Amino acid sequence: MAGFATGSGRPLQGRGGSPGFRFALFAIASVAIMILDQRFNWLERAHYLLQATTYPVEIAVSSPVTAWDWVRKSFASRDVLEARNERLRSRLRGLEVRSMRYEALARENAALIGLRSALPPVAQRWLPAGIVNIQLDSLRQRVLIDRGSENGVTRSQAVLDDRGVVGQTMYVGPWSAEVILITDPAHALPVEIQRTGLRTIAVGTGNSNSLALPYLPANADIRVGDVLVTSGLGGVFPPGYPVARVTQVHKDAVQPLAHVRAAPFAHLQTDSEVMLIWFRHDSPAAPLKERNGELITGDRSIRPLPAPAKPVQRPAPPKTLSAAPKVSARPGAGKAAAAGAKSPT
Amino acid sequence: MSASSPRIAMAKTVVGALILTLLPLPSWLEVIRPGFLALTVLYWSIQAPRAGGIALGWICGLLLDAFEGPVLGEHALALALLAYLGVREHQRIRSKPIFQQSLIVFAALVIYEFVLFALDGWTGHPLTTPLRWLPTLTGALIWPAAAAVLARSYHPRT
Repeated sequence: MAGFATGSGRPLQGRGGSPGFRFALFAIASVAIMILDQRFNWLERAHYLLQATTYPVEIAVSSPVTAWDWVRKSFASRDVLEARNERLRSRLRGLEVRSMRYEALARENAALIGLRSALPPVAQRWLPAGIVNIQLDSLRQRVLIDRGSENGVTRSQAVLDDRGVVGQTMYVGPWSAEVILITDPAHALPVEIQRTGLRTIAVGTGNSNSLALPYLPANADIRVGDVLVTSGLGGVFPPGYPVARVTQVHKDAVQPLAHVRAAPFAHLQTDSEVMLIWFRHDSPAAPLKERNGELITGDRSIRPLPAPAKPVQRPAPPKTLSAAPKVSARPGAGKAAAAGAKSPT
Repeated sequence: MSASSPRIAMAKTVVGALILTLLPLPSWLEVIRPGFLALTVLYWSIQAPRAGGIALGWICGLLLDAFEGPVLGEHALALALLAYLGVREHQRIRSKPIFQQSLIVFAALVIYEFVLFALDGWTGHPLTTPLRWLPTLTGALIWPAAAAVLARSYHPRT
C-alpha cells in the first residue's frame, strides 16, 4: 500500500481502492481491448458502432468549416465563376478529345485519362463520396468519408479520385467510413512500373505528396518520370490504375537498395470528393478476394499434413502412378492409416 | 459543493477538448497542435483527483481511440497512465508555481507520448517521425493558458 500512497502520504481512498490499484485495473482492461482488437479482430462490431456514434460529432465539428466554405462559395464573384467555368469547359473539351482516342487505345493506357472514362470494364459500380472536413490524426494519413455500409461500402474497398489511387476503406460504419490513404506509413500498395513492368511495393511516408519504394535493388531499371500503376496484387485494386510518378531516384554503389520516391497522382491534400469503386469479381482483371485480412491462395484446408490425411483414397493404390512415391516415402504411416481405415468397414 | 458539480464541468471541457482535437487546421498548425484531451485529463486529475481520476482518463482515451486510434485501447492505456501520474502527484504539482508546473507537464506528456510510441510499434502501426514529439512541447507551453481556461469552468469554493 505504501508504494501506491499519494504524494502527501495521505492515502487517497475513494471507491475501488488506491489510484495504483485502479490504474492497474484500467491498464489490464486497455491491454485486453488492444489484444482483442489487434489479434483476434473481435472488435469489428465495436468499430462499426463507434463509427456510427462518432459520425454525428464529426459532422458537427466539421460543420463550421463547411459552412464557411459554402459562404465563401456563394459570395464568389462573377468573374471568378466565369473563369472557373471557362477552365472547366476547356478541361472537359480536353477530356473529350482524349476519350475519343480511348476507344482506340489499349485499356491500360486509357486508365490514365480521367475518372469516369478511366473506369475499365472491371469496375461495376462507382459512387462519389464527400470527405468530412475533420482531422483524424495529424501524422497518420486518414480521412473520413460520408458513405458507409448503408451505401454498400465494405472493408478494404478501393478509393480513387479523378487522377489516381487515393486509398482504401478501413473501418466502415453505417454512414461513414475511415479511409487509409496510400501515403499513410502503415499502407503498402503493390505497384508496377509501367514502362518496364517491374513489380514492387509503394509504401506511404506520412507525407501526403510522397511515396517510397524501399524494396528496389540498386540495379533496378527505374528513372525519374516513370509512372507507377497498380499491379493487381494485394487484393484491393485491379491492375492498371495510375498511382504515382517517380520523382527521385538515388542509387548508391554501397547501398544494396535504391532510394526511390514518387509523387502520387491523386490530390490527397486538396480532394473534397473521392470515388468508391465496386469491382466485378468474375472479371479476369478483378483483384483477388480477401477474407479476414488474409489472401486466399488456394484451399486453406490443404496443408502438408504429416500423418494419414485421406485414408479413404487408399483402396486403389497401384492405379495412380503419382500416389506410389508418397506411399514409399512414408510406408509405415500410410499402411497403418490404410489398415486403420479398412478395418472398421 | 455537490459531488456531481465537477463532473459536469469535466464533461463540458472534455467535449471542448475533443472538438479542438478534431477541428481541421492548416497543416503547419496541425503538426504542433497540442493534445488538448491529454491536458484536460491531466488538469482534472490534479485539481479534482477524486471526481475524475483514472476512470476519466480511461474513458477519454477510449473516446480518442474511437476517433483516431489505430487500435482500440491504446490511448485509453496512455491517458489512464497520465491520469494516474496526475492523481498520484496532485498535491505536489498543485503547490508548484505555474512555470514549474509546465515543466512537470512536459515530463508527463513525454511519458504519455512514449507509451503511445511504444504501443504503436508493438501493435504494428509504427510512426517514427520526430514530428510526433512536437505536441508534447506545445502542450507544456500552453499549459498555463489551458489551466487558466479550465479553472474558469469550475469553482469549488463558490
